[in-house]
Amino acid sequence: MHIDQLEKKWATIALGITGLFVSVILASAFFHGIHAPSHVETIDSASLHLSSEFAEDRIGIEEDASGHITVRIVAGRYGFYPQDIVLPTETPLTFRMVSQDVIHGVHIPMTNMSTMIVPGYVAEVKTVLHHAGAYPLLCNEYCGMGHAHMWNNIKVISKAQWDVLKHPQGDASHE
Amino acid sequence: MNNAIEKKLALTHFWVAFGAFALACLMGIYQVIERSGFIGWIQSREVYYASTSTHGVLMAFVLTTFFIMGFGYYVATTTLKLPVWNKTFAWAGFWVSLTGVVLAALPLLTGAASVLYTFYPPMQAHVLFYIGATLLVVGSWFWCVSMLVMYMQWKKANPDQPVPLAMFATTANAILWLWTSAGVAAEVLFQLIPWVLGWVDTIDAGLARTLFAWTLHPIVYFWLIPAYTAFYCLVPKQAGGYLFTDEMARAAFIVLVVFSLPIGFHHLYMDPEQGSGWKLLHAVGTFVVTLPTFITGFTVIASLEIAGRLNGGKGLFGWIGALPWTNPLVLAIILSLLMLIFGGFGGLINASYAMNAMIHNTAWVSGHFHLIFGGTTIIMYFGIAYYFWPVLTGKPLFSNNLALIQLWTWFIGMVILTTPWHILGLLGQPRRIDKVNYNNLLTLSWEPYEITMIFGGLVLVASAGLLIYILAKTQFHVTETYDGEVEYAEPIHEVKSLPAYLNSFSMWNWVIAGYMLIAFGYPIAQFFLMKTYGSSPWGY
Repeated sequence: MHIDQLEKKWATIALGITGLFVSVILASAFFHGIHAPSHVETIDSASLHLSSEFAEDRIGIEEDASGHITVRIVAGRYGFYPQDIVLPTETPLTFRMVSQDVIHGVHIPMTNMSTMIVPGYVAEVKTVLHHAGAYPLLCNEYCGMGHAHMWNNIKVISKAQWDVLKHPQGDASHE
Repeated sequence: MNNAIEKKLALTHFWVAFGAFALACLMGIYQVIERSGFIGWIQSREVYYASTSTHGVLMAFVLTTFFIMGFGYYVATTTLKLPVWNKTFAWAGFWVSLTGVVLAALPLLTGAASVLYTFYPPMQAHVLFYIGATLLVVGSWFWCVSMLVMYMQWKKANPDQPVPLAMFATTANAILWLWTSAGVAAEVLFQLIPWVLGWVDTIDAGLARTLFAWTLHPIVYFWLIPAYTAFYCLVPKQAGGYLFTDEMARAAFIVLVVFSLPIGFHHLYMDPEQGSGWKLLHAVGTFVVTLPTFITGFTVIASLEIAGRLNGGKGLFGWIGALPWTNPLVLAIILSLLMLIFGGFGGLINASYAMNAMIHNTAWVSGHFHLIFGGTTIIMYFGIAYYFWPVLTGKPLFSNNLALIQLWTWFIGMVILTTPWHILGLLGQPRRIDKVNYNNLLTLSWEPYEITMIFGGLVLVASAGLLIYILAKTQFHVTETYDGEVEYAEPIHEVKSLPAYLNSFSMWNWVIAGYMLIAFGYPIAQFFLMKTYGSSPWGY
C-alpha cells in the first residue's frame, strides 16, 4: 500500500472542507430551525372539496390572534386557488398547500418559498416575506400540457399598509 | 489475443449510444428555440413535451446505458486478458435493451408518453413506455452479470492479485447499477405497471417519488464512472505520464459506490412526504460523496502534472502548456475538469439543505445537469470514443484536428448554453415550461438569456453532427489500417498487493445493505404504517 504524503494532506483538507459545509448545514438546521418543508401529513386529494380545511370556502388566508397568517392554497390543473392573494411583509406566514390532481411544485421567485405539492400529502412551508411587490407564484413541476399556464398572483404590501387596510383580499388585488 | 467479437460488441453498443445522442441533440435544439417563443410557427406544446420526454430518455437512459455497456465489455476483455464471457448472453442483453428502447420509442414519439423521463405518477403514459424502460434496464443487468462473472473468473485464476484498476472501477459500476436500479425497478414493477394495467385503481405518488429518489442520485455516478475510469486509467498514459496513485483511486471508487446510494433524498428536500430528519441524514451523505470527487480532482491533476513535467514543462504552471493538448482524450479531460469545477460548485448549492429552496425546480437545475452531465461526463464519452475508435475499427481516426474542433465547440457551446440557463433559474424561471405566459414584468428579464441559450444550442448541435461525421467517416471511409490496442496507465508505484477492502466488494456490499436499510428502511416503511391516500390516473 502506498499513499503519498501530499495525498494524505489533501484528503485531510477535503475532509475539512466537507466537514465545514456539513457543520454549517447542521447548525442552521438545529440552532436556527432552517428546515426544508417536511410536514409528513396525508390527505385525500380526491375529496378536498369535502375537507374541513381545503373546501372552496376555506381556502385563502387566515390570520390568528397573534398576527400569524396561514395561507391555504389548492393547486389544480392549471392554476393555484385562490388566484389572487395579498400578503403583508415581515409577518410569519404558513403556506399549506394541496394538489387536487397530479404532482405540482411551487415557488415565489426571489424568495425562499418553495415546495413540491404531491397529491395525497399536505405541503407546509413557513416563511417571512421582506419586500413588497407583485410576485407570481409559479408551478415548477411538469404537470401536463398547461404547465406553463399555471400560476397565480401574490401581492405583497408593507405591514403598515396591511394593518390599515385589514385583510385586503379580493378586489383590492385587482387595483 | 483475437478479440474481434469483443470489438464488434463494443462498437455496436457505441453506435446505439451515439445514434440516440444525435437524435436527442436535434430535439434539444428544437426545444430551446420552441420555448423561447421567438418563432411562432414552431410553437406546439404537444410536440414540445413529446420531444422533451424523448430527449431525456435518449440522453439519460439510452446514450449512457449503451455506452457504459460497450465500454465495460472492452475494458473487461483488455484489462483481464479474457474473452467476454458467454457472448450469446452479452448479445442477448444488447437485444433486450434495444427492444426496450424501440418499445418505449413508439409511445414517446407519438406523444403517448409525454410524462418526461422521470415519469412522475399519477400522470400516466402508455403501458409500452413502462415496459420498454423496464426492458432497457433488464438488458443492462445482463451486462452487470457479465462483468461480475469475468471479475470472478479472473480473481479465481489470480488469487490475491490486485484486480486491474480499470476493471475494479467497471465492476464497482456494475455493482452500483444493480443497487441503483432496484429502486426504480420496484416502482415500475410493483406500482406503475399494475396501476397502468388497471390491476390496482390508485397509486401513492409519495412512495413512487421515494423509490425513484433511490435511483435518481446513484444513477448519475453510474454515468460518471466510465469518465472517472478514463481519468485514472487512460488519460495519464495518453498525456505521457503515470497515474499518481492507484490505491487512492480504488478508495475513491469505493466511497463513490457506497455513499452515492443512500443520499437520494436530496432530490426530495422540497417534498412533503418525507421528514426533515431523514432529509438531513441524506444531506450529510451527499457531502460525503463530494470527497471522492475532491480526491479524484487531486490525483488526476497530479497525474497530468507529472506528464506535463515529463514532457519538459517547467515552473508552477508551465506543465499545463506542456500537456499534449492535441490529443483528443487529453483535451477532453482538460475541458471536462473545467466544467466539473463550475458544475461541482453548483452541485454544492443544490446539495445544501436550505439553499436548495432558492433554486429547486428552477431553470438552474436543468442548467446544472446539462453542464455536469452533458458537459463533464459526455465530453469524456467523446474523448473515449476518439481513443477507442481506431482500436475498434482497425482504422486511424479520420481527422485529429476535426476531433479537437468538435471537443472545443462542445465545451464552448455548453458554456454558452448553461451559463444563461443557471441565471434564468436565479431569476425565478421554473424548469420544464414550454413557453413563457406569466403576466409579470419579471419575465422581461428572462429574454436576453433565452436568446443566448439558442446560440449555445446551435453550437452544440453542430458539434454533435461533427462527432457523428468523424466516427462514421473513420469507420466507413478510411482505408489505412491501425492495429494498436487500448493502453492503460501505470501507477508511479506499482501495486503488488492490496488489503481485501481495496480489492474486493463483498464487505462493501454489506456496508451498502446496512446503510440503505438505515437511509431508506423507515422512509419506505412509513407509507405502509400511516394512512395514505392513493391517486387515480391522470392524463396530461
